[in-house]
Parts: sequence; C-alpha cells; structure tokens
Amino acid sequence: MSLKNWNELTMGGVNLEPGSSLKNFTASYRSGQKPVFNPDNCINCFFCWVFCPESAIIVDREKITGINYDYCKGCGICENECPVKKNPKPILMVEEIVEL
Amino acid sequence: MISLKEMAKKEDLFVSGHEMCPGCGIPVILKIVLRTTKCPLVVSNASGCLQSASTNFPATSWKLNWIHTAVENAAGTMSGIQATYSSLKKQGKLPVDKKIKFLVIGGDGATYDSGLRSISGAMERGEDFVYLCYDNQLYACSGGQRSSATPMGAATTTSPSGNVLPGKLQPRKNISNIFAAHEIPYVAQSAPWIWQDLYKKAERAFETTGPAYLNVLNPCPSMWKAPANKSIEITKLAADTCVWPIFEIKDGTKVTVNYKPKKKLPVTLWLESQARFTHLLKVENNWIVKKIQEEVDKDWEFLISSENKNRTN
Amino acid sequence: MPSTIVLNGNAAAAEAVKQVKPDVVTVYPMASGAEMMGHIASFAADGLIDSEIINMESGHSAMSGCIGASAAGGRVFTFAASQSLAAMHETLFIASSLRLPIVAAIVNGALAAPANMIADHADSMAERDCCWIQIFSENPQEIYDNIIQAYKIAEHMDVRIPIMVAADGFISSHSMENVIIEEVGEVAEFVGKFTPFQSLLDSDNPKTIGSRDMSQYYFEYKVNQLQGIENSRKVIKEVGKEFGNRFGRYYGFFEPYKLENAEYALVLMGSSTGTAKELIDELRAGGEKVGLLKLRIFRPFPSAELREALAGLTAVAVLERVLTPGSAGGPLFNEIRSALYDVEKRPSIFPYVYGLGGRDIRMEHFREIVKEMKAGQEEVVETGVEVKYVNLREAND
Repeated sequence: MSLKNWNELTMGGVNLEPGSSLKNFTASYRSGQKPVFNPDNCINCFFCWVFCPESAIIVDREKITGINYDYCKGCGICENECPVKKNPKPILMVEEIVEL
Repeated sequence: MISLKEMAKKEDLFVSGHEMCPGCGIPVILKIVLRTTKCPLVVSNASGCLQSASTNFPATSWKLNWIHTAVENAAGTMSGIQATYSSLKKQGKLPVDKKIKFLVIGGDGATYDSGLRSISGAMERGEDFVYLCYDNQLYACSGGQRSSATPMGAATTTSPSGNVLPGKLQPRKNISNIFAAHEIPYVAQSAPWIWQDLYKKAERAFETTGPAYLNVLNPCPSMWKAPANKSIEITKLAADTCVWPIFEIKDGTKVTVNYKPKKKLPVTLWLESQARFTHLLKVENNWIVKKIQEEVDKDWEFLISSENKNRTN
Repeated sequence: MPSTIVLNGNAAAAEAVKQVKPDVVTVYPMASGAEMMGHIASFAADGLIDSEIINMESGHSAMSGCIGASAAGGRVFTFAASQSLAAMHETLFIASSLRLPIVAAIVNGALAAPANMIADHADSMAERDCCWIQIFSENPQEIYDNIIQAYKIAEHMDVRIPIMVAADGFISSHSMENVIIEEVGEVAEFVGKFTPFQSLLDSDNPKTIGSRDMSQYYFEYKVNQLQGIENSRKVIKEVGKEFGNRFGRYYGFFEPYKLENAEYALVLMGSSTGTAKELIDELRAGGEKVGLLKLRIFRPFPSAELREALAGLTAVAVLERVLTPGSAGGPLFNEIRSALYDVEKRPSIFPYVYGLGGRDIRMEHFREIVKEMKAGQEEVVETGVEVKYVNLREAND
C-alpha cells in the first residue's frame, strides 16, 4: 500500500472513506484455531451472528452460510454460544495450520 | 421484539477490519445498539479502545458521522454538535423535518473518571443525546490500569495483587445511580449476553427526549485474563451472581430490575472465571471475597427494594 | 451609519459577536470576561441573535463544545481567560488540527499560583505553539475590529485555523472608551457567509473526524496543518486592508508608531502601548529619535516584516508581559532577536519584563527604559542576555 504524502492529505485529515477498514484483513489475529461451519444441524438461531465481534458470520437470505475468514480473529465465541448439542455441531473450532 | 434474523438485515454502521482484540465485547454492543434507530447518527467518541482500534488512518470502521477529540470531553463535544443542529434549524438552514440522533460513546475511564464532569454538565443542561458506556472495568487501551469502575479485588497494573495487597481495595463507583440522581429521563444497565434487553434499552434511549444513559458491561478477555470464547458467557455469569444487575431507572426514581436470576449464584463463580481475580482464591484473601459478596448483596438488595418502593408508591 | 458609543472591551467584543452572528456560543465564566458573555446571553434572551448559548461546566468543555459545534458546520465563538485558557490547553491543539475556524476572545490574565487573573500574557504565551492565530488588541475599538476580522481570516478557505483575539484583562476589558460600531449590514457583508468544508450534520456523506494517525501519518498530518497558518499571513494582510478600505481603520501585522528615521524603538503588545505612545510623543517633541512598534499578530510571527521595520535601528527594547522561566528572555524577545539575526547591522536588543499580574507600567518606566537603551550595550550573562524587570520592588543589599 502506498502512503499518501503530506500535501496529499485532506484538510484536517478528515477520513472521507466510511467503512474503509474493510480493506484491513484481520485474519492474522487468529492464533491456531478457526471456526468451521457445518449447515447440517444449524437451527439458524443467529446467536453466532449477533455475538461475533468481527461481523464474520456470513448470512444469506435469513440463513447462516459460513464464516468470513478474512476478518475472523478466531475468538471462538461463535462455537461457545452455539446452542446446538447435536453432532456434528454447526460451528466447531478446529486447529488451523498457518502457512508461512 | 425484533428477531436476530431481522436485525441481521439491517446495515452495519460499524464494519469489520477494526483492531479490537479477539473476543472483545465492544463490536457486539455496537452491532446491537447502532441498529436500534432509523435516524442518521452522529457519534462523539471518547479516547479509548474503540476510538483507537476503529480509526487507524487511513482506515475507519465507521459508516456514520463520527468525531473524536479527547478522553474527558466526548459529551462536551456533542453539546456543541447539538447546539449547531438546534441553531441551524432555528435559522432555517437545516430542514425542520431533518432528524439526527446523537450518540456519545466512552469506556469506563472516560465515563466514570475523566469525563464525569462533562457528562454531568450535558445531562444537567438536558441535552437530547444517548450516552453509551462500554464498561470493561479498567483502562484497557493503555494496558490495563485501575479505573473507578474496577471492582473490588481485581488486579490491574496499577492495583496489582502483591504480598500485602489483594488488588483493588475499593468497590466500583455506582455510576448508573450517579446519573439517575441527575433525574434524567432514562438510565439503564445491560450486557451483551441479554441482547434483547440491550436492544430494547438502546431503542428506548434513542426514543427518549433528553439525556439517556446506557451502562453496558463490556467483556475484555485480554485484560480480564479470561478465555476469549467465554466473553459473552462471562457477562451472563455477572448477571447471575448479581455482580452486574440488569435494570433501568426512569426519571431518576422508577427502578425496574429486568433480570432476576432464578438462583442467585455466589460471587466466587464470577471471580473464578477470570484470572484477574485468581489471587483472591488464596486462603489469606478470604476476607476480601467475603467483603465482595457483602457489597454485591447490599447493592442487589438496595436495587430490589428500590423497585419495590416504586410499586408501593 | 456607524455609531460611536462608550463601551468597555467586554461590551465591544459582545457588539462584534452580535453583528457576526455565530451559530453557537459556549460559555464558561471567568471574572475578567464574564461580562462579555453576559451581554451575549442577553442578546440571545432578547432574540437579537439566533445563537445557541451553551453554559458549559468547565473551560475545557467550552472549547470542546466549540470543536463539536464547528465540526457540525456552525460559526462559533467563545471566551477564555487565564486559568480557563490553561484548562483548554489540550483541546486548542485539537481545534487547530481539525482545521476548525473557531474564534475565541482571550481576556489575558496571569496564571496561578498565586491566584491573580489580571493582565498578563502568560496564558496566551503558554498556547503559542498550538497552531492558533494570535491577535493582540490594545483597546476596545481594536477588540471589536479584530473579532470581526478574525472571522473573515479564520473562515478563509486557505486558512481554516482558529483565532484568539486577545486583550489585557481588567484593563482593555474594563476601560470605557469611545468605540465606533459599524452598521450591522456592512459587517455582515464584510465577514460573509460561513461555508463549512465538512459537517457532521451532513448525513449523506459520513466522515471520520479525529482519526488516530500513528507514526506512519502523524508527521505528514502536522506538516499539512501548517499550510493553514502559513497561508494566513497573506490573508491577514488582505483582510486588514479590506477592513480599512471599508471602515477607515487599517490593520497589518503591527503598527509602527513614529518609527520613521528612529534610532531607538520600543516593541510591545497590548494595552500598555497607549502609555508608551504618550512617551514617544514627548520624546519626539524633545527631538529624540525614538519610535514604537506595537505588535498585533504574534502567530504567525511576522519575522520578515519585522526585520524590515527594525533593521536600521541602533537599539530595540522588547517589553513583554510574561515570565519565561529558564529561558534567555521571553518569547517576543527571542522571536525578534531571531528575526534580526540575519541583518547586516543588528540593533542591540534589550529584554524587559513588565506588568506581571496587572502591575502598572507608567510613563516614567518607559522613560527609564529608553534611557537605559540609549546608554547601554547588551549585557550578556551566562544564560544569554540579562532580562530587566520593570517596576519590581527589590531590596538593596
């Protein structure tokens, strides 16, 4: 990413690009674990959606469809708050091998 | 009551890519609160984790009009914004039917401590704003120092537990009661686990004419030294042990307790859930655990009796 | 038709504010200027202005409110003095960094301890690096004129830097003088309409104001900000001239007084200039080649112009109403000395400190200073040039 020069900044440094943090992928915050979504037993209670601090639960037409790994920080709240007891659980934290 | 499915359809005004720690409660609180009004919002954000981790130039996670000035003056800054709004409307420079809601956000440091004067002033002036405090019970952004919201016995970097001291010696400041004593129309305490309650309270706060204050427990796994995946669960434990009661106070006096645990759990369960309290579990610190339980019981009984008083009045 | 009314500085400031019609005025009382804010509140109470008056609970909040109000697209005014200006300190940097054209009247007063609040430039000088334009006024007429000009300068698109219009507390703020109040329509036309370049109330264009800029951007941000105060040099001159063309009173960076062919000069700011001018008249009548330079703009400091004005002199006495502990002379002395470093034949420059906490400076003191300047050479001591204190009691050994 090229950085702006001093004489290219807006007056007062006002940021006129709302939501521009979407360009920051925060996947690197994950330390060894990532959630994996399995729709089979999902009851679409949306608890994972509301409690995800990264808004990384993907919703499509009133259904949970997956995890956005660009932003998921691997906190595991989604798995912990998932009320489904039936196996396989819709969200499971699994070991993630990070390729360096 | 809105369903989560319906909530999910609403636009995110606070988006991903922020730099908050894994398991942080702030984005969860915002996800709920920012969806409760249809009006355009202006946010005045005090210095702290949220401000710092959401606006690292050239990135911003905000999709609404947002300003940060300093730590102790977010409410005072908003007073000015609102005054311009009123003045321009009065002069016909803004359309009469244009409605904007004003939201001030601060952490507990910016609210209980340094911002108290500025918030108190804005409340006394009866300004029409919502103040949202995300209360994680310490200064997290600067690395975990004691604030007046830190509960008794918690170890922070500036109230550490050592050979002679068991962490913070004083109970937390009861900020909700302080603001209720301003006789503002609406004060409420909530937590992210009880999202329906938080949603309803935020909705009510925005509908209120005049100052409204929301005190929301914000789980902070980094500084509470708790597992990130237990963030939300811990906030429920806070309610079930009555460490963090869920209530509202209208017009300074009308108290409603919105959640009463079926079985009030002992505070030890709350203390055991976070390593910031681990030292309290040593035998020599039993006295302070006892004191914490007494404080919690006293506050809970006071809350329940205040609620009953309304009923009988 | 302009009218001439007897007003003190506080009332004159309030008249200017009434004519400029800010959208928002924030108030936190300090004894020296509280009367000004009382007048403005009365105008609002009588419906003469549409300004929203916010009674703040601290000086810090008074400036914070101005920042919010200005960022929301409003024209704003506030006042500060002595301790309340010091309480605003951190917010002053924020106001200028966000490029908000706030105008604040500063009723200069001493900083505690000991508690005092009377005429002293310690409060303003402590804020000299916060990137505000600093205008100093001598009397009620200048306070009125400067506030009006301040809006036109600050709101100029090339500037967008806040301005402090300062005057000496309990002296200029309280002394009654004839003040020419211009016609309101003329003033409105002169100042023009305020066009915000950003507004928090513009909901269609969400923006983030006051980002966190780490080492990657902070430096660039701060240098970018300098454009405003540097551009103001040209604008201050233009506005001063335009003001003169319209109202007959011309303003620049400073006012030279009988400086032509002078060999010696006094340099100072603020209310004491009146007395000093009296002395200059007296000395000139006696054939002495002595003049005076009253500095009006301290920030941005007009080095080039001052160099030109002072270069040919034999000696200059710089008088300032502030103590600068641990420094070789005060800010005005250092700036002037630095400005004259490059001239071929440097005048001797003598630093004087006077009037702290409202201490009088009278004709005889100025006379003594001129005498010393004519007799002496710069006395260089270990810490630089020796600072002399005017009208200070001292026990003899």
